[in-house]
Amino acid sequence: MTFLSTGFVRGLIAQALGTLAGFAFVTGIRALSGLEPFDPVEPALVSGFAVGALAFLFGVGVFDDWLKWTRGISTSDHQEHDPEKPWWYRYLSVDFDHKVIGLQYGAAAMLTMGIGGSLALLFRTELATANVDFLEHFIFGQIFGEDHTGASLFNTFISLHGMIMIVTMLLGVGALSNYLVPLMIGANDMAFPRLNAFAFWVNIPGAIVLLASMFAGGFDTGWTGYPPNSTGYSAMGVSLFMLAVYIVGFSSIFGSLNVIVTIFRMRVPGMKLFEMPIFVWAAMATAFIQLIATQFIGLSFLMVILQRLFGMNFFDSTAGGSPVLFQHLFWFYSHPAVYVFILPGLGLISELLPVFVRKPLFGYKWVALSSLGIALVGYFVWAHHMFTAGMASYLRVPFMYSTLLVAIPTGVKFFSWVGTMWRGKMRFDTPMLFVLGSVVVFLLGGVTGPPNATVASNLHLHDTYWVVGHFHNTMFGGFMFPWFAAIYYYFPKFTGRQMNEFWGKLHFWLMVPAFLVMSTYQMLTGLLGMRRRIAGYDAALGIEGYQVIVTWAGFLIFFAVIIFAINFVVSARRGEVAEGNIWKSRSPIWQLPNPIPLHNYERPFRVVGEPYDYGDPNGHPYVDLDPSDDAPDEPTTPSDSEEQQAPGGADPAPAPTGD
Amino acid sequence: MAHTTDVRDTYAHKLGNNRWGLWLFIISDAAVFIGLFITRFILLPGQRPELDQTIGLIVTVMLLASSFFMYRAEVHMRHGNLKAFQRSILTTLILGVIFLLGVVAVEWQIAHFGPADGQEGAIFYVMTGFHAFHVLTGVVLLYWVYNNSKRGVYTKEQHWGVEAAAVYWHFIDVVWIFFYPALYLIGTVA
Repeated sequence: MTFLSTGFVRGLIAQALGTLAGFAFVTGIRALSGLEPFDPVEPALVSGFAVGALAFLFGVGVFDDWLKWTRGISTSDHQEHDPEKPWWYRYLSVDFDHKVIGLQYGAAAMLTMGIGGSLALLFRTELATANVDFLEHFIFGQIFGEDHTGASLFNTFISLHGMIMIVTMLLGVGALSNYLVPLMIGANDMAFPRLNAFAFWVNIPGAIVLLASMFAGGFDTGWTGYPPNSTGYSAMGVSLFMLAVYIVGFSSIFGSLNVIVTIFRMRVPGMKLFEMPIFVWAAMATAFIQLIATQFIGLSFLMVILQRLFGMNFFDSTAGGSPVLFQHLFWFYSHPAVYVFILPGLGLISELLPVFVRKPLFGYKWVALSSLGIALVGYFVWAHHMFTAGMASYLRVPFMYSTLLVAIPTGVKFFSWVGTMWRGKMRFDTPMLFVLGSVVVFLLGGVTGPPNATVASNLHLHDTYWVVGHFHNTMFGGFMFPWFAAIYYYFPKFTGRQMNEFWGKLHFWLMVPAFLVMSTYQMLTGLLGMRRRIAGYDAALGIEGYQVIVTWAGFLIFFAVIIFAINFVVSARRGEVAEGNIWKSRSPIWQLPNPIPLHNYERPFRVVGEPYDYGDPNGHPYVDLDPSDDAPDEPTTPSDSEEQQAPGGADPAPAPTGD
Repeated sequence: MAHTTDVRDTYAHKLGNNRWGLWLFIISDAAVFIGLFITRFILLPGQRPELDQTIGLIVTVMLLASSFFMYRAEVHMRHGNLKAFQRSILTTLILGVIFLLGVVAVEWQIAHFGPADGQEGAIFYVMTGFHAFHVLTGVVLLYWVYNNSKRGVYTKEQHWGVEAAAVYWHFIDVVWIFFYPALYLIGTVA
């Protein structure tokens, strides 16, 4: 009964009713104005889902406080929590606590990752043989309707895999920013807690609309949705897919706005920008991209929807429209978007590496600025996706150079990581393994980039599996592996327990080698002539054997993630209890008890040292959580800080400055 | 020392946060209008849709005048002159509604083309539609602010709601200052 009263369930009910109401309303208007009510059904369907998404947000209750404000009723900054309710009730309802919202983002990300990954297995199985056979199986016709062919189903699956994984990474970025940023800068919450809740919950109806597109004819355009394919020849699933992206875009815009204000306004008094933990810089750079660029994918997709529903001609070249215009608007978001995914991941690598190497982060200031540099350069590279698209040819060379320029700030990060690791005392715990795996895989993604950026080779590589291999390298190295590293690393902070090291290491040693095999053979088949987005290929290419290897590697990755999931659940319930600062980190997060108390810090802490001065036995700690006790400039000895941070004091953890 | 007030909990600091948030939102929102503006010149270079100049001029004057009254309203609020504030904000609201009616109920109805008629139609309806939607949200915002002022929510020291509505309203006005020439003045009639 408690479950049925959660905001989530109320939202789902409201969404179902809202969708029906919106559908009925538009159908009714069409019938009254003498139009055929159900032919075409698309306008009513799209309106229905739009109304449904709005209804979800009303149902879940994110608008409650704002609606009170419009009636002149002020609300309390702190939510009341009913102690009678079970612990998970908060996670399935609107909650303003940034830690709860961060975990909501994280759980949603893992869920969508599972769905997106399963879809990959389906079309990978299809690609194991040259002919279209697996997806022709009658069972798929039973599920998705008889008008689906194996090839169109294949296209829907690759498109959905792409878009769902993008949503996954956006959710993951939201999880990291929301959970970590306030803790790292000593704030007790984000600047706008209600907006934060809105930015999370708007994802849920968006994801539902996205998945619903599968049952409305699917969309076989690829996740890019280029016209004229998306405007003229696709099933109406494409409208739902674009509506879903539009809805999810609100999350990026308002989430990033919140992150920026939080970083600039909510830092603990006395913490300067260049004293922040390095991840915060990455979160800031990411937020600057999301805030502005997201509008352009929203606009381009909205224009496609308008063209489909009202015949407004933007993109039909036979009637004076411009399909290349769509690509410009689309890539103006969608290229910077990849930096949205990787910057937080790279920030995590820089954050975690010094902890496990016991050395200061090499070139802190340069690493901080390199994130902003990538974000800035990222705005001027979008047309490198369009070298073959028929845009003005004089644009090619400038965009080639701007793209190659990205290698410089990215190179700064690599040199910093190498400089940090150089002659360090490394500990190979699971988070560190994933950090090292990230560095290797992202390096592969980096060195396979310039051949794509260079016009001459791009013309040959465009739309081949080489590109698929390249961006899976960047996405796994830049987001997925750092994401797993972060979960292993911060797990005690939200469960009070530690994840099992053996199963964690097994997860790593299965997933990373399998991934390397997968991406290497993807790139190889691409060079041998394998095109993207085709269900069947010419057996005479001689690549069937390689395709089988890629498929098996894909299944192995999935298997590794299942091991991770089981480890996660079991460790959360029965894992070893983690007391205090188990990784000997200097970060303020690790000076708090596990799990973190409801209101984070009892009082504002004081910054007394550098964030990454590991390995200096006489140095200052980074922060002093209890600044009233001792003078700020008196060096705190390790044993002092030990007393402060060990909760309960039963088994005091080693001092944070240790080694 | 235990109960030192955190500067981040003060009204002044939260007001600062709100201002940051609003301006970041406006930067983000402006990106949509920039995208539409570029789209207009790419799809219809050197040309403009055939529109009724009189209506265009009237609605533009209405919107510019409304921004003046919005400014007056904010000044009155800062001086604690509640009656004059309500008069000014009501004037702003009415002028906004006249603008909306002028665009949606008049210009849309008398235009020689519908949304499906070529680039002119597509551009005209998407640009005015997007802008009109923003005006509509602005009018709703003004109505809430007007209502709340009658409930005594705002004082001359603390009236963030008024300030936010004013900044948003001016933003909508500035957008139209770019859209009006782009739609009505620049280029030859298509």
